[in-house]
Amino acid sequence: MEFAELIKTPRVDGVVLHRPFMPTVEGTLCLTGHHLILSSRQDNTEELWLLHANIDSIEKRFVGSLGTIIVKCKDLRVIQLDIPGMEECLNIASSIEALSTLDSVSLMYPFFYRPLFEVIEDGWQLFVPEEAFKDLESMTDEWRLSEVNKDFSVCPSYPSLLTVPKDIDDESLCKAASFRHGGRFPVLSYYHKKNGMVMMRAAQPLTGTNGRRCKEDEKLINATLCAGKRGYIIDTRTIAVAQQAKARGGGFEQEANYPQWRRIHKAIERSNVLQEGLIKLVEACNDQSHSMDRWLSKLEASNWQSNVKEILTTACLAAQCIDREGASVLVHGTEGTDSTLQVTSLAQIILDPACRTIRGFEALIEREWLQAGHPFQQRCAQSAYSNGKPRSEAPVFLLFLDCVWQILRQFPCSFQFNENFLIMLFEHAYASQFGTFLGNSVAERLKLLLSQKTVSLWSWVNRPQELERFLNPLYEPNNLVIWPSVAPQSLLLWEGVFLRWNRSTKCLDEAYQEMVHIIEYNKELQNKVNSLRRQLAQLETEDGPLQTP
Amino acid sequence: MEHIRTPKVENVHMIDRLTPRKSTVGTLYLSSTHTIFVENSEARKETWVLHSLVYNVERFPTNPSGSPLIIRCKNFHVYRLLIPQERDCLDVLASLTRLSRPECYGELFCFSFNPNLDKELREKAWGFIDLKAEFNRMGIPSNLWHVTAANHEYRLCDTYPSELFVPKSAFPAVIVGSAKFRSRGRLPVLSYFHRDTSASICRSSQPLSGFSARSSDDEQMLQAIMKSNPISEFMYVVDTRPKLNAMANRAAGKGYENEDHYTNIKLQFIGIENIHVMRNSQQKLIDVGELAAPSMSDFLWGLENSGWLKHIKAVLDAGVFIAKAVAEDGVSVLVHCSDGWDRTAQACSVASVLLDPYYRTIKGLMVIIMYAHLDGDPKEVSPVMDQFLECVWQLMQQFPCAFEFNERFLIQLHTHIYSCQYGNFIGNCQKERRDLRLQERTHSLWPHLWENRAEYTNPLYRTDHSQTQGVLKPLTTAYCFKFWKGMYGRAEKSVASHQSPADCLNAVREESQQLEEELSAHQEVPRETDAGQGIHTHAYISHMYHQAF
Repeated sequence: MEFAELIKTPRVDGVVLHRPFMPTVEGTLCLTGHHLILSSRQDNTEELWLLHANIDSIEKRFVGSLGTIIVKCKDLRVIQLDIPGMEECLNIASSIEALSTLDSVSLMYPFFYRPLFEVIEDGWQLFVPEEAFKDLESMTDEWRLSEVNKDFSVCPSYPSLLTVPKDIDDESLCKAASFRHGGRFPVLSYYHKKNGMVMMRAAQPLTGTNGRRCKEDEKLINATLCAGKRGYIIDTRTIAVAQQAKARGGGFEQEANYPQWRRIHKAIERSNVLQEGLIKLVEACNDQSHSMDRWLSKLEASNWQSNVKEILTTACLAAQCIDREGASVLVHGTEGTDSTLQVTSLAQIILDPACRTIRGFEALIEREWLQAGHPFQQRCAQSAYSNGKPRSEAPVFLLFLDCVWQILRQFPCSFQFNENFLIMLFEHAYASQFGTFLGNSVAERLKLLLSQKTVSLWSWVNRPQELERFLNPLYEPNNLVIWPSVAPQSLLLWEGVFLRWNRSTKCLDEAYQEMVHIIEYNKELQNKVNSLRRQLAQLETEDGPLQTP
Repeated sequence: MEHIRTPKVENVHMIDRLTPRKSTVGTLYLSSTHTIFVENSEARKETWVLHSLVYNVERFPTNPSGSPLIIRCKNFHVYRLLIPQERDCLDVLASLTRLSRPECYGELFCFSFNPNLDKELREKAWGFIDLKAEFNRMGIPSNLWHVTAANHEYRLCDTYPSELFVPKSAFPAVIVGSAKFRSRGRLPVLSYFHRDTSASICRSSQPLSGFSARSSDDEQMLQAIMKSNPISEFMYVVDTRPKLNAMANRAAGKGYENEDHYTNIKLQFIGIENIHVMRNSQQKLIDVGELAAPSMSDFLWGLENSGWLKHIKAVLDAGVFIAKAVAEDGVSVLVHCSDGWDRTAQACSVASVLLDPYYRTIKGLMVIIMYAHLDGDPKEVSPVMDQFLECVWQLMQQFPCAFEFNERFLIQLHTHIYSCQYGNFIGNCQKERRDLRLQERTHSLWPHLWENRAEYTNPLYRTDHSQTQGVLKPLTTAYCFKFWKGMYGRAEKSVASHQSPADCLNAVREESQQLEEELSAHQEVPRETDAGQGIHTHAYISHMYHQAF
C-alpha cells in the first residue's frame, strides 16, 4: 500500500496525550494511512482517532530526548503529544505532515471508508435537480430545465441541469454564458411562492473597459420580470471593486443596457481577506491571557463579526427586495461561487420556512453550495492554523454557517435543527469520512465517481439515531418570513465553534438537557391527557344512548 | 402641580430612531408623577414615564417640523419627541427638568405612591425581607460572633446599621478603638459567614494609617476576626482599589494596613476603579448603545473604548478571589476600599452570590441587594448597583441553571432602584431611613415583586441541580464577558421581539402544570413529578427590523 512509505514509525509506546477538558492519557500512538490513533490499555479512557485530513498544521518541540508535537486541527482543536525519543518524534511529525497534505483526492479517506451502518436512504440520490424542478413546476410554468450544460462545456462549475426562463433557448444561454465570468450565466436560485418573485444568481458580466454588452444576457434576465416591473441587481462588491474588475475583463451591468434593473452594491469581503480574518480571530480566541482591551481590539481587527454583519445585511436586502418590494433579484459578485452563494442561501433561510427544516437545509446546501459550484476542496484545504501562504483557502462556508447560527439564535423556535447540526457541517466540510464535500464542482465529483466510491454525509446524518442529536427541541414550524436583526449588538461571537476548545461547556450542556427534559415531560403529559380524553369521549358515546330514554 | 406649565400638548411625534416610519403621533400629558404619551392610533397605546426615572431632558434647535426633545431615563430608555410649538417644548422642558429633580425627600414619588394597601399589610410588607433573619440563616456560631451594642443609636458610626456582628473575642474598647482608626468610623464588621469552612467576609473602610500611624485596637480587631476562624493561620485584607490610588490616600492620612503592624495578614489589591471612572465609562457605554446605525467596528471599538467590560471583569475577579479564599482555602477576608461602600459592597455581594446558592434565588437576591446597598451607600448617581446586577447577569450566561430568577428580574430591580416608587432605596443609611419614617410613609417593593415572581422565574432552575449547589467558579477570561443587550441595547429591543427560549419554556412549564392538574383530576398523575414542565403550541411570531436600503 502506498501509504506505507510515508509512515517511517508506525507505532510508539509511552506517548502522553493532552486534550482540552479531558484527562491526560498515556498509551500507544499508531499511525495508519488515514488516522492518528492513541490507545491506552486502561479501560474507561477515551481513545483518540484523528483523521490526518483534519490536521491543519503541527509544531515540534524538544526538551532533551522528549519530543512534543502540537497538533492543530481544522476543527480548531489543539492537542499535544509527548513522544519519548527524538527520532520517533521526528518520524511521526514528518509522517503526519505528509499524510495530512496528500495531493490526490482519490487517496482521501472517503475512498477507503466502509460504513458500519446499512445505507437505507442513499444521500447521493436525495437531492437531484429534477426533483427540485418538479416542486417549481407545481407553482409556475414559466421555467424550464435546460440540458445546455450536459457535458459541462458551457460552464464547468455549473451542474448539468439548470433552471432557466422558459422563453430563453439554449443557444441564447450559450451566448449569455460567454458574457459571464466562468460561463456562469444567470440561473434560477429561488422562487418566492407568495408573490411569484424570483432570485437568480450569476457571475459578473464581462463588460471590460470598453463596455461590452450582450443582448442575450439582457433578454435572459429581463425574461424574469413581469410587465412594467423593475428588478434589483445586488452586486456583492463595492462599486470601487466592481470598477476595478473592468480592467481584468469583468465589470457590472450598465444602467443603459439594463434599464429595468436597479443596481445595489454591497461590501462583502473577498475570500482571501476572509482567510486572514479567520486566522486572526482564532489566534485571539486561543490566547486566554488577553486583557479585555486587547481581546476586544483583536476581535475587532479580525473583522470576522463585520463580515457576518455585512453578509447578513446583504441577504436581508435580497429578501426584502423579493418579499417587501415585490421585485425580482439577481445576485452576483465576481466569480459567483462565494459571496453570491452566501447571499442567495441566507435569503432563502429568511424567506422560506422549508429551508429551516433539516431536509430543507440539506437540500439548500446541495442546491446552493455543492451543485452551484462552491469550490469546497480548495476553500477548505486549510483552516485557521495554516501557516503557509494561502492559495485559495477561505472560510466562506463557515461564515455562512455562522450567519445561520446568528439567525437560529434570534429565532430559537423556528429551526428544526440545532447548533450541533451546524457545527457538524463545519467539521465535515473540512475533514470527513464521507465524500459529500470532496471536489469543487458537480463535474469533478462525477469524474471522481464519488457517488459510487464513497458514502454521502446525508446517508449517515439522516439515520434516525444520528438525527436525534441534531433536532431542536424548541422547534415549532413557523411559516413566516423571519427578519433577523443585523445590529452589531445582536450579532454574537459563535462560541460553539470559536471558543469550543477554550472553555468547558458542561453548564451549557446541562441547561440544554434540562430544556429537553422540560419539553419531553410535557409531551408525555400531553399523550396521557389525550388518551384520557379519548377514553372519556368513548365512554360518553357508549353511555349516550342510556341517558336518552 | 405648580411645576406643570402645560399639562397637555397635542400632535406630538414620538420618533422611532431606527425605523422612522414607525414613528407615531399622539398627545403628551404631564401629571405630577408621570409623563404620558397617548397615541392617536385606534389602539390608543400609552407610554408612561415616571418623572423620578428621568435622568435628563435635552432640547434641540427648532426646525421646520417642530421642536425636538429627548428624554433620557436612568434605566437607559430614551424617548425622542417632536413638539409642534417651540413654546410648548420649552414649557415641557422646564416642567420635566424641575419634576425630575426633587428638592427634598418629601417630593419623591414614594411618598405619594399609594397602591391601595391597608396599614396592616403595609407593615407586614416591610417585614418581608429581614436582616436579622438573614444572619440567622447564615448559621453564625454564637460562640464566635455576636451582635455588639456599640453602635446603639448610631453612636459609633452613623452610616452603619445599629446592630453589628463582630467577633465575640473583641472587647468593647477594641471595637471603639478600631472604629476610631477607620475612615468615618466604619470598623470591620461581619458581612458573610461561610458555614462549610467557618471563614468569613468582613467589611470596613480604609484605616487612618497615613505613612506611619497605627492602632493596637484595630490590630487586635483584625486578630480577633482571624481567630474567629479556628482552622486558619492568616487572613486576607483585600483592598479593592488600584494600589496607586490606595498609596495616594496615605498622604491624606488614610491608606491601607501595614503588613508589618498586623499579625498574619496578607494584603491584596484588586484594582477596581473609583466611581468617577465608572460613571464615565458607563456614559460611554450608553453612548455606544445609542449609536444610530453603527458598523461592527464602531460598536466593538466603542465597547473597548468605554472600558466597561474591563471594569465588570475587575468586579467579578474581586468576587472570585474572595470566594476562593473563603471556600477553598478556608481563609477569612476583610474587604475595604476608601469609605467602604461602592467597591466593597460590590465585591462582597458578588462573592456572596458565588458562595451561597441562597443568593441565587429570587428572595436571596432581594436580601443581598437590601443588605449591601442600604448600608451607607451614598445615593448619588453611581453605577455600583448596575455593575453588581451585571455581574449576576454575566454569571447567568455561564451558569444557565444556577439562578432562580431571569434577566427580566434584574432589569426590573434596576428600574425600581432608580424609580423611587417604593421606599426601599431611599436614604443613605439605616439612621436616615429611620428618621424619614419610611416604613410608615412609603411602601416596600419586595412583596410586590414576590407576588409576580412567576414572571421572573428561570425555567431551567431546579433546586436539585448541580449548578444550584455549592460554590460557582466562573471563568473570567476576557472573551467570557458580553455586552448586556437587555440593559444597554434597549433601543434595539423595542422594535425587535426576539423569540426567547426562556419565555417559551416557561409557557411549556405552565402548560404542563395545567396538564398535571387535569390528570390529577382523573387520578392519573404520572409518577415523575420532579418538575412541572411542558410544550406550548404558541406561535412566537417574530418580525424584526432590518436596515432599509
